[in-house]
Amino acid sequence: MKFGVVRFPGSCDEVDALMACRRFAEADLLWHGDSDLRGIDAVVVPGGFSYGDYLRVGAIARFSPLMESVIEFAGDGRPVLGICNGFQVLCEAGLLPGALLPNDSLRFVCRQVEVAVEKPDTPFTRACDEGDLLSIPVKHTTGRYYAPPGTLPNEQVVLRYSAGHNPNGSMDDVAGVCNEAGNVMGLMPHPEHAVDPLTGSADGGRLFESLAMVPVA
Amino acid sequence: MRARVLIRPKSGILDPQGQAVERVLPALGFEGVANVHVGRLIELDVEDASQVPQMCERLLANPLIEDYEVVELEDAA
Repeated sequence: MKFGVVRFPGSCDEVDALMACRRFAEADLLWHGDSDLRGIDAVVVPGGFSYGDYLRVGAIARFSPLMESVIEFAGDGRPVLGICNGFQVLCEAGLLPGALLPNDSLRFVCRQVEVAVEKPDTPFTRACDEGDLLSIPVKHTTGRYYAPPGTLPNEQVVLRYSAGHNPNGSMDDVAGVCNEAGNVMGLMPHPEHAVDPLTGSADGGRLFESLAMVPVA
Repeated sequence: MRARVLIRPKSGILDPQGQAVERVLPALGFEGVANVHVGRLIELDVEDASQVPQMCERLLANPLIEDYEVVELEDAA
C-alpha cells in the first residue's frame, strides 16, 4: 500500500498527513499541478486553505489537474480520504454529498472532539468497531456540514460527533460521510493530528491503519 | 457585456452572518429590520452573456447551498 498526499498551494496539513500515513505504509506527496498519480493506492486530500479558499472553500482546488485524476481514481473505486479542507474539496468535486458552511458560531474552533464510528465497514474505518469513540481535534471556520433533504442516506454517515461535541452546527451531528460506493470519505476532524499519545490521542491513527489494510489493486 | 452575479444562501439554510447583522442593527438604533441575508457579488465583462448561468453552476456558486441571479448591465465598465 502506498499513500499519495495531495499538496495544493495553501495546504498546511500535508506533512502531518504524510507522517501519519508513513506510520502504517509508504507515502509520498502529490503536486496539484501534476496529473500523474504515480502508481499510488490511496489518496489523502489534506487540510489547509487550498488556493487561498478564494471564492468558496475548495471551489477552485477542485479543478486542479491533479483533482481531475483523483476524480477518475475515485470513479474506479479506489480509496480517497479528504480531511477538513480536503473534505470541502471532495464535496465541491461532487465526490461526496453535501457542502460545508461557515460554523454557526462564525468563529474559528480549535479543540479536541469525540466522534462515534457509525459505519465500520468502510476502507477508512475497518480497524474500528461500530460505536467506537475517537478523540480527534478539529480546527476550522467552515465546517458546518449540510446536505439538502434526501441527499444523505443514513448509511453514508461514517462518523458523528458525540452529544455536546458538535463544534460547528453540523446537521445531525455529522462529522464524516462517505459516497454511495463507500470508497470516498471526508471528515472535518483531523485524524493526522491524533496519531501519537504524546499529543493527547492516537485514535486518528486508526483511519490510516484501516486504509493500510486495503488490498492493493 | 457587463454582468453582475448575485449569490445568496438558499432560504432555509442557517445564515449566521445575516443573523449577526440583524442583531447589530437594532443596537445601533435601526428598528424594524428583518430577514437579513449576507451573500456575494461578482461582476464580470463577458463576450457571451448566455454563458454566465453555466459559469454559476460550475464555479461561481454552489447550487446545493446558494441561489444565484444574473443581472446583465448595459455597458462594460
